[in-house]
Amino acid sequence: MPCTVSMTVNGKAVSREVEERTLLVTFLRDQLGLTGTHVGCDTSQCGACVVHIDGRSVKSCTMLAAQADGAAVTTIEGLAAADGTLHPMQAAFREHHGLQCGFCTPGMVMSAVDLVTANPSPSEHDVREGLEGNICRCTGYHNIVKAVMAGAEAMQGGTMKAAAE
Amino acid sequence: MYAFTYHRPKSVADAVALLGQFEDPKLLGGGQTLLPTLKQRLARPSDLIDLGQIPELQGIREEAGGLTVGAFTRHAEVAHSETVQRVIPALASLAEGIGDRQVRNMGTLGGSICNADPSADYPAAVVALKATVRTDRREIAGDDFFTGMFETALEPGEIVTAVHFRTPDKAAYAKFRNPASRYAIVGVFVAVFGSEVRVTVTGAGPSVFRADDMEAALAQDFRADALNGASVSADGLNADIHASADYRAHLVRVMARRAVEACG
Repeated sequence: MPCTVSMTVNGKAVSREVEERTLLVTFLRDQLGLTGTHVGCDTSQCGACVVHIDGRSVKSCTMLAAQADGAAVTTIEGLAAADGTLHPMQAAFREHHGLQCGFCTPGMVMSAVDLVTANPSPSEHDVREGLEGNICRCTGYHNIVKAVMAGAEAMQGGTMKAAAE
Repeated sequence: MYAFTYHRPKSVADAVALLGQFEDPKLLGGGQTLLPTLKQRLARPSDLIDLGQIPELQGIREEAGGLTVGAFTRHAEVAHSETVQRVIPALASLAEGIGDRQVRNMGTLGGSICNADPSADYPAAVVALKATVRTDRREIAGDDFFTGMFETALEPGEIVTAVHFRTPDKAAYAKFRNPASRYAIVGVFVAVFGSEVRVTVTGAGPSVFRADDMEAALAQDFRADALNGASVSADGLNADIHASADYRAHLVRVMARRAVEACG
C-alpha cells in the first residue's frame, strides 16, 4: 500500500507517495534523483549510503523512507554552498587525494562531517574509529584519514593544510 | 523486501493495540537488525509497527539506586549521556563499542535485548547489572529475561518500555570483537555489588550466561590473577568460522581478566 512521506532534503521540503517498504536510499536516488548517495553493499556494512538525519549520520540503506518522515535529511549534494564552493571536508578530500575510484567518497565525507561535528579536534585514532562504518574497497584509507584530519582543521576555521607531495 | 503495512503509533497503548490486530506483526526499533533481515527476505511480517515516535519509550534518568533507560534510547545516546557516564560508566562504554557510528545512531536498547542475538553486547549488561526489564504489563528480572538463542521471556504482543540498571560499586566490560561485524566473539561484563561479584558472558554461548566459578573466585579475591584457576567449559559454546568453542572458552578468561583490570 502506498504511503505519503514528507521531509526536508537539503533544505527543501519534499513530499512523495512511496511504497511502504521503500528504503530511504531508494527514495533519495530513484524518486528525488539524488544519486550522489551510493549503494555499495546493500547489507548495511559499507557506508557508501551514509546521509545525515537531523544531523546524525545513518546508513540510508538501513532505514525506511517512512521512518524519515518529518526529518531533515542532508545528502552529499547538500554539503557544498549554493555557489558551488565545496564544504571544507570535500575540499580536504580533493586536496589530500582522499579518494581513488570515488565510490565510497560520499559516505566517507558524510561520516567525516558527522564525526568532526561531534569531536572538532579528532586524533588519527578517533578518525579511524569514527570511520569504522565506511569501507573503501580501493583500501585508500591512509589519504582518507589525512583528508579528514585536514578537513577537521578547516572546519574549525583553520586554513587547509596542503598535501605533502 | 516483501511488502508490509507500516504503522507509526504515538503511544505504547496504541502499539499494543496494533500488535493484537494483525496476522504477523513485527515491532521496529532502530531497525539495524530487522531491516537487513527483511532485505534478505529472511522474514515476512504482515505489518511493521515503528516505535520511533513514542515519547514514553525515550530518555535516560536516575532512579532508585540506578538508571532507567527507555527502550527506544539509541546506543549513541547511552554512550554520550553525561548521566550514564557518571552513574554507570561501564554501560556508556559498552554502548560506545556497539557496531559502528551509524549503527549506534539508529540502534536501540530495546531492539537489542528483544532480538537477543547471542553476540549482542547489551545482554551482558542487563544480567550483570541486576537489571529489571519493564514492559507494558509487568517487570521481568534481567536474570530471567534471556531464555535462549534469539529467545526472551516476552509474551506475544508484549512491548519492552524501559530497562532499570542497578548502579554497581564498580564495573567494566571487555569485548573481543569480530573486526568485520563488531559483534562480540566473546564479551565479559564484571560488576561488583558489595561482596557479590557478577561475571556475565555474551558471544560465547547460545545466550548470555553467568560464569559461576569466576564469580566465586573474584568474590574471594578481586584480582585478575584470581581467575587463573577458574574457567568455563567449552561444552555447548558457539563454534563458527570465526572461533572454535575451545577458543571462545579461552577468550572468556582473557576478557574476564581485562574487565577486572579495567574495574581498577
